[in-house]
Amino acid sequence: MPETQPPVEIPEGMEVVATRPRALTDVPFTYCPGCTHGTIHRLIAEVIDELGLDDRTVAIAPVGCAVWIYEFYALDAIQVPHGRAPAVGTGIKRASPDTMVFTYQGDGDLAGIGLAEVTHAAARGENLTCFFINNAVYGMTQGQMAPTTLPGQKTTTSPRGRDIARDGHPIRVCELLSTLDGATYVERVMVTDPKAIRHAKRAIRRAFEVQMEGRGFSLVEFLSICPTWWGKKPDEAVEWLRENMMPYYPLGVFKSAGQAGGEQAA
Amino acid sequence: MSAEPKAILMKGNEAAAEGAIAGGCRYFFGYPITPQNEIPHYMAEHMPQVGGVYLQAESEVAAINMVFGAASTGARVMTSSSGPGIALMQEGLSYMIGARVPCLVVNVCRGGPGLGNIGTSQSDYWMATRGGGHGDGRCITFAPATVQEQYDLCYESFDVAERYRHPVMILSEAALGQMMEPVFVRPRGEAPKDEKPWALGGRRGGRNRRVINSLYAQPDDLARENRVLAELYEQVTREQVRWSEKGDDDPEVLIVAFGIPARCSETAMERAAASGVRTRLVRPISLFPFPHEPIRRWAKVAPHTLVVEGSIGQMVDDVRMAVGDQSKVSLLPVLGGLLTTPEEIAHEIQRVYEEGGRAP
Repeated sequence: MPETQPPVEIPEGMEVVATRPRALTDVPFTYCPGCTHGTIHRLIAEVIDELGLDDRTVAIAPVGCAVWIYEFYALDAIQVPHGRAPAVGTGIKRASPDTMVFTYQGDGDLAGIGLAEVTHAAARGENLTCFFINNAVYGMTQGQMAPTTLPGQKTTTSPRGRDIARDGHPIRVCELLSTLDGATYVERVMVTDPKAIRHAKRAIRRAFEVQMEGRGFSLVEFLSICPTWWGKKPDEAVEWLRENMMPYYPLGVFKSAGQAGGEQAA
Repeated sequence: MSAEPKAILMKGNEAAAEGAIAGGCRYFFGYPITPQNEIPHYMAEHMPQVGGVYLQAESEVAAINMVFGAASTGARVMTSSSGPGIALMQEGLSYMIGARVPCLVVNVCRGGPGLGNIGTSQSDYWMATRGGGHGDGRCITFAPATVQEQYDLCYESFDVAERYRHPVMILSEAALGQMMEPVFVRPRGEAPKDEKPWALGGRRGGRNRRVINSLYAQPDDLARENRVLAELYEQVTREQVRWSEKGDDDPEVLIVAFGIPARCSETAMERAAASGVRTRLVRPISLFPFPHEPIRRWAKVAPHTLVVEGSIGQMVDDVRMAVGDQSKVSLLPVLGGLLTTPEEIAHEIQRVYEEGGRAP
């Protein structure tokens, strides 16, 4: 079924200045109020439009809140087991190298159950792009502690706060993957203000360009909010992200063109 | 390769790999485990020769998901492993069954549970025939008994898998993977070029988008898909039940065995005949769908049914379902990673014969 935009009559004297990206369908997003998935979805779609990739891209849907991206993107798509998207992407790229492949994975999916798959895809220099949504909590399954839950952060499975002595430490995915020679481009961004959003879009574009040029593994991590399971209003959640997540998960380019380093975001 | 058929002495594992390549397989993803290692060794050497890809995965979990990805592009793809690794692949298999993506998985079975041992075994019968992971799916499963049949089934499996858009499993066994026999090989073929209307690769030429998915959040949708699968399995049962049989037309003991125990049973049948017991062997080749009908037919004749299998008793459940109360079912389990002997089977034939069959 082609998901076309509904025809809109443009009144005389008016012009279209913004549309939904072609790479998105008209299916409404399923996310909670304030969730940043929608912003990230749109940015990825805009970049796909601008690079003209919609006729050769396969989206890989995770298990988690974003499982329905195969409904949202007007692209070929495959829904895969929890955490296994980089392995599935590996299979697609090996069998069809000129297909563009991106995974879209949450922190439970990528940093928990799927840490082996993303790590080895990066180590192999697999020519695909991972978008990693880090909101420090399992969203779809009702707010449990994630591999990226901060020390002291309350979740439904750390009701008195994450106890480092019992639960161990959060995982910094960008820092971890940037140690691998196979990782070409690794950056952490956020999408909670217009400037950050513009920067995040540039990171998405850069990641796709690395893949288009056949230069290997790229990953963009998005610090994200989950107002529902953080128990905060969206604006409070943004504030909490700035005060708590950003110090633990600094923004910046952790790996670029084979160069390890800590180039910080502007 | 010459078009003239010629026999080559091959190890069972090599025959599985060559059969798959000849059947058009061009992508192999796997992880080392004994006793199947000759398959990835062979693929690593030969896949580049045919323009294919061999890739060693970081785990069996990753391997089956690489298979999932590559197969979703419409390519002919396989993996191989043994019990513990096949267990790790159950998740990916379930997704491929739910999403209707074809592939070949070869299980060169070793003993279990747990790490068990690397000896020969058929104790993954349940995992194969009841498996394909969680949920309301099955796994089309074939079991070879000779190196030639291992080659032939791997060769043919991609046609079967694509016909039903469903994974196919070959349940082999350590002894069959490790032994050498002459094999008539075919020329290495290419996969058919016909367009697969479900295969992914981007909306080339502006075609409509395609989605490969096993998520049906609405109850009606999942129920519909479950029924579609059930109808598929009915079709598979109509079209793919395979077995071989031999022996007396008026048997006193029906033997049911697959794989290597079936071959041991053939020799035992000669000994039983020498001591005056008439026997018939039904050897299932398809384990799912299971050949209930020929077993039922011969069980009406034979008062005794003897199951010989390399487990504590798994296929015997299916045999009992086929036989009902028509024939008295006994089991000779072959355990510990060892082969049974014709003497042992002949002794058991004699024992069940003398013990008395079904109640009159």
